[in-house]
Amino acid sequence: MLATPLALAACGRHTVDPPAHVTRAQIDEAMRQPTELDFWTWVPGIEKEVALFEEAYPQIKVDIVNAGQGNPHYAKLRTALRAGNGAPDVAQLEFQMIPSFAITEDLLDLRPYGAGDLAPQFVDFAWSQVTGTGGEIWAIPQDTGPMGMLYRADILDAHGIEVPATWDEFAEAAARLREADPEVYLTNFAPAQGAFFAAMLWQSGANPFGGSDGPELRIDLTSPEAERVARYWGELSEQDLIAVDPDFTDAWYQALNSGKYATWIAPAWAPTFLTSAAASTAGLWRVAPLPQWEAGQQVSSNWGGSTSAVLATTRNPIAAAVFAQFINTDRESTDTMANEQFLYPPTKAILEDPAFTGQQLDFYGGQEVNALFADISTTVAEDFQWSPVQEQVYADFTATVGTAVANKADAVAAMEEWQARIQEYAEYQGFTVRPS
Amino acid sequence: MTATTETAAPAAAAPSTRRPQRTRRNALAGYMFVLPFMIVFLAMFVVPLAYAAYFSLFREQIIGGNVFVGFENYTRAFGDEALWTGIGRVCLFFLIQVPIMLVAALAFALALDTGLTRLARTTRLAIFVPYAVPGVIATLMWGFLYGPDFGPFAQIAEAVGVGVPDFLGPDLMLGSLANIVVWEFTGYNMVILFAALRAVPAELYEAAAVDGAGQWRIAWSIKIPSLKSALVVCMIFSIIGSFQLFNEPQLMQTLAPTVIDNAYTPNLYAYNLAFIGQEYNYAAAVSFVLGLVILVGSYAFMFATNRRSRR
Repeated sequence: MLATPLALAACGRHTVDPPAHVTRAQIDEAMRQPTELDFWTWVPGIEKEVALFEEAYPQIKVDIVNAGQGNPHYAKLRTALRAGNGAPDVAQLEFQMIPSFAITEDLLDLRPYGAGDLAPQFVDFAWSQVTGTGGEIWAIPQDTGPMGMLYRADILDAHGIEVPATWDEFAEAAARLREADPEVYLTNFAPAQGAFFAAMLWQSGANPFGGSDGPELRIDLTSPEAERVARYWGELSEQDLIAVDPDFTDAWYQALNSGKYATWIAPAWAPTFLTSAAASTAGLWRVAPLPQWEAGQQVSSNWGGSTSAVLATTRNPIAAAVFAQFINTDRESTDTMANEQFLYPPTKAILEDPAFTGQQLDFYGGQEVNALFADISTTVAEDFQWSPVQEQVYADFTATVGTAVANKADAVAAMEEWQARIQEYAEYQGFTVRPS
Repeated sequence: MTATTETAAPAAAAPSTRRPQRTRRNALAGYMFVLPFMIVFLAMFVVPLAYAAYFSLFREQIIGGNVFVGFENYTRAFGDEALWTGIGRVCLFFLIQVPIMLVAALAFALALDTGLTRLARTTRLAIFVPYAVPGVIATLMWGFLYGPDFGPFAQIAEAVGVGVPDFLGPDLMLGSLANIVVWEFTGYNMVILFAALRAVPAELYEAAAVDGAGQWRIAWSIKIPSLKSALVVCMIFSIIGSFQLFNEPQLMQTLAPTVIDNAYTPNLYAYNLAFIGQEYNYAAAVSFVLGLVILVGSYAFMFATNRRSRR
């Protein structure tokens, strides 16, 4: 017998066997016990929602830790989980990371804690994103990023270009704008932004990992729906009709301010983000729905947004589960998130609240941007599934398709390479890979 | 390391035959002095190293758990094209960057040592300051300077009417990284060399002056030869530093994600294997292979310099 490092680590690890059902009395009892919860999140100002929770449950104290955003956060989370101690009770988890943490059995199924009753409160796609293949509820949605298109009305007007409603119109507009003003591109394709490309696949109807379940991974990045996305962006780049700058860099912020890009195809969190990132362009932007593959359709997808997940290692599963549910469903808490932290809400109550949807944003010329995205929220396809190795999938995207588009190389061929890389990696990690 | 142990051993042995009593007490005191260091050294260096070595003999899969695989990870590493491309890249980096940096450091040290420059202290500090700037900040700063649209170099080039060099493109990236490292570490190496120069006995210079040697001749025939051991130290640090290149490419990756891939340098590769790919065991093996390459490189360099000096 071999004593392995992991077996050693596992000794110190404490996992909860979720009881079939936790009774109301058990929950009330647990919420009266003095308890400390660790909560890892990068959301600025989340203290307010936490304070509301602590007010409602005075015996529970929540310690907020900011362990970074995105990959650094997940790397630290994994390290703590592997070490067997130091992992938080509750953590911020983006939708696309849920299967990656569920496959390693690091998440607590929230069904026994009453989470199942919450489904009707959330927009359908958000709830389906937190639902596991076996019906588990792995997290509570906190914010979403239904996709739309932010555009510079002044630039399009100056050249007499109408707001494109389909991808065909978008490509025509790109060519016309390029001809009219060589300093401006209709949009930018960020070569390392796998999340944007995933949103494009999602809208197109591709579901590359759909049907994956546990150790069985299905990949299909060469379906007609996936291929048309790669061909479209590859061709725009080949003709030099779009910029291919890395995003969220100094140069990119400068470009947004200087008007190098006439549109930003972006989700519901982008309007607020742009208000500070491109402050000098206030009043010039407007928001439109995402261009469509078929004229007359309304199909969107999602980029970003996140959830609160309870880690399986928690010693306070009830308090942690109640906390995750409270901050994301309590009316005052969700109101604060939507109106003070500007997280785009997944709850129907707020999406239907005129106080939220009726807000007229000066940065967008007084447009009711929230209302537009509230409509888009209901057009996001529900069945899109993420891979259980999503960090690797994104890394391989940059190395293959992202690089091909940036270098004006064959993006369709790069899709095959992307798939081959994921397959090789997944098989190495012990998955059974099947074409979907 | 070998040099110090060779000289230290006889020195310790000689008095022990004369005064055993006193030495035993001294030895105990000596051990007590090094004890705090040894504890930290064991806990923070030896134990993690041993654990990583042990760890590298396993393979843990996301599906299928953890199994002992012997040297399989090492076999994979020795045949891993991505790893060896990265090692080749840092070798090239070393060949470009280190000569430039050490020649510059040497020139500054010699210039300051002549005492001819005014404001020697200020100059010395100014050259050293980049080393005090954290590498992360330095890289962010250079990243801005290199920027293709709004960086100052690009703007100057545009104003003059010449093409903007693509500092962050595939052709110039290694040079751009080398430039950052030269900027960061020239001052550090200069201080080492300058300190060594101060230790040269003044009589040598006087004798040379009496023999009619000028400043150039003194620099060439006295100063540079006496800097040999200091240069060897700088060189070893540079070999290790080059092969472990990490911060600069990692930060530049956000600016040029299609140029700097996840295996651009061996350290970056090991990091991404562990924290993107969850291939912790293989990452440990890759780290050991890199350590081996550094060991061989450093040893080969020491061997070459020792042999030359014996002739």
